[in-house]
Amino acid sequence: MTPTRSRTRSILFCALWFAGGAWAQGTAYVSSEKDDALTMIDLTTLAIKGTIPTCKRGRHLQLTPDRKLMLACSDSGVADLIDPATGKSLRRIPLGDDPEAFDLSPDGKTIYVSSEDDAAAVFVDAATGKKLKEVKVGQEPEGVKVSADGKLLYVTSEVASLVHVIDTASGKVVKNVKVGKRPRRMAITPDGKELWVTCELDSGVTIVSTADHSVLATLKFEVKGARAQDITPVGIQMSGDGKRAFVALGRANHVAFVDVAARKVTDLVLVGKRAWNVALDKSEKRLFVVNGLSDDLTVVDVPGAKPIKTVPVGRVPYGVVVVE
Amino acid sequence: MRWTVLAFALFSTLFSALFDGVGTAQAATLKATLISPENDPRLDRTRVERAYLGHPGGPAAEGVQLALDEGGFELEAAGAAVALAPATASSLESARAAAQAAEKAGAALILTDLPAAWTVAVADAVKLPVLNIGAPDDSLRQQDCRARLYHLLPSERMRADALAQTLVSRKWSKLLMLVGPGPADQQRAATAQASIKRYGLQVVGSKPFKLSTDPRERDLANPLLLTAGSAYDAVWVVDSDGEFARGLPYRTVLPRPVVGDAGLVALAWHAQFERYGAPQVSRRFFKAAKRPMTDRDWAAWMAGKTLLALASAIPKGPNAAWAQALAKTSVDGSKGVSMSFRAWDGQLRQTMLLTDGQGVIAQAPIEGLLHPTDVLDTLGADAPEKLCKAAR
Repeated sequence: MTPTRSRTRSILFCALWFAGGAWAQGTAYVSSEKDDALTMIDLTTLAIKGTIPTCKRGRHLQLTPDRKLMLACSDSGVADLIDPATGKSLRRIPLGDDPEAFDLSPDGKTIYVSSEDDAAAVFVDAATGKKLKEVKVGQEPEGVKVSADGKLLYVTSEVASLVHVIDTASGKVVKNVKVGKRPRRMAITPDGKELWVTCELDSGVTIVSTADHSVLATLKFEVKGARAQDITPVGIQMSGDGKRAFVALGRANHVAFVDVAARKVTDLVLVGKRAWNVALDKSEKRLFVVNGLSDDLTVVDVPGAKPIKTVPVGRVPYGVVVVE
Repeated sequence: MRWTVLAFALFSTLFSALFDGVGTAQAATLKATLISPENDPRLDRTRVERAYLGHPGGPAAEGVQLALDEGGFELEAAGAAVALAPATASSLESARAAAQAAEKAGAALILTDLPAAWTVAVADAVKLPVLNIGAPDDSLRQQDCRARLYHLLPSERMRADALAQTLVSRKWSKLLMLVGPGPADQQRAATAQASIKRYGLQVVGSKPFKLSTDPRERDLANPLLLTAGSAYDAVWVVDSDGEFARGLPYRTVLPRPVVGDAGLVALAWHAQFERYGAPQVSRRFFKAAKRPMTDRDWAAWMAGKTLLALASAIPKGPNAAWAQALAKTSVDGSKGVSMSFRAWDGQLRQTMLLTDGQGVIAQAPIEGLLHPTDVLDTLGADAPEKLCKAAR
């Protein structure tokens, strides 16, 4: 056992030992583009408890249906599958050139990945790493989202300002939905009726009906003291009941709490520089916000809509996942 | 003139409409003509090989073409089409003739990669919007501006302002200027002086230089002699040709940085820019053109993106609708902000990159700088100066 690992273990052990206070035990995992590692933050102490080496230039990070961490690495062209229980890589799955974001089929068997360089959505068999299909999309595909029933795949193209609606069975684009400029990430309301698309250069979210793929509304963000061009939304997550959405506003250095039904911003919370991606803990009392340009993560108290702690993480942090 | 149709609408009738001249209600093809100099001396092999910062690295058509090739999905989704036709000009008169021929053939817009005087001649010869991608001259944004003339390439003043701002942020306020012998150098030096004054920097000395090894001219040619005799924080070299400036860094008497046309240079783009999806753009350009993407290529690419934005916003046209929409069009140039044309002089407002040729060192506008409406308008001629009298 290496000294680092033994130290990590002992820290882990202590953390477990002292846990059981106000917060549930658990870990927030943060990917960073320039460290080739995940940073682990203890949910009880909100302190860093260690790092896990990963593939190169890790970006999008997500939990698989069987609760493993999957990290897409742009430089290595693989997904690193990591067991959060051991902090070890289980295997690496080839994803092709320059993968950025991905989503998984509901059964976890297929990885849908956006390949920035090839301008394609690639279907990969998660077990074998075999490329199943490649669907050409607009330039610089970014956000990937699968519908709850797994039948439709939504992929944003940053350059074409489109959301491509792809039939997962046939691999055909069934609709191109024109949304705001530079669409980035997406969230689907828990009732499955609305697709929310953050548009980085449109200072807003385009809300698309999943029934007919028409644009229902555009929500524009406003931050006191910031001009529209400095409000660049990227990361988005919805609460489990679908009543609230949390949107990272990029260069505006804020995260917005949105009333989903009313399509109105209820709170704005100051975080670090270029707020990039967000994740809620299980109780939805705390929101973890990754700040791409200040190399840190802000922990936000959701009921109070206040930042409570800033934790320095790796260089150019990108994604965050909470495991409890 | 032959039109190359790059993208087709979904409507199968479009093909026949294009070639039979039968109009359809659904979609029209946005036609544009790119006029470039014939036997362009800027593209002589030996010049291109030297790759001076701010100089063209290849034909402008490659940048425009890349944007159009990338736009397939966007056009298809909108049911729109764009066609680009190339034209060359060997003189001001032939540039004018090429523009008139394009207008007659149904072009909606003209793109120019031409000297300033030719660009004005083109703008005056036709009633179409002209997208300037090759002339950085301030005159085109000021006394010689035209109502239908738009600029994708930053002006000289934008470059000088970006550099001056960066020097302010570094607190390098005392500057030694070295100015080349050409008429363009004199003009650009005046632009630099104005930026220096605007940002409260100080010129401690200004000297002409000359490329020479003649011992009788050593005072004009030797970097050590040119940079001796005064205390300064940086040397600002104005050298439109590029050869003298390239040899200046690390050859100054005092260990001070060189800025301007070598050392630290303000440009619209550099292939090593790391943020806002820029690497993907540079990579696609490299794949297509087999060379790194320069600032000039970026301007050409943005002209292509502008055509795409117009066609997909108004698939049916007609030309007049596109011309009208242009002033309000905003384009994503992978520099982190949505960019639009200034209402007062048609210049595309944009972030500037400060590069040493190896990477991007800084961006302008610098952080902390304020402006009443848009901080991007701290770069270049601003509205209240009223330097462009043409009614737009």
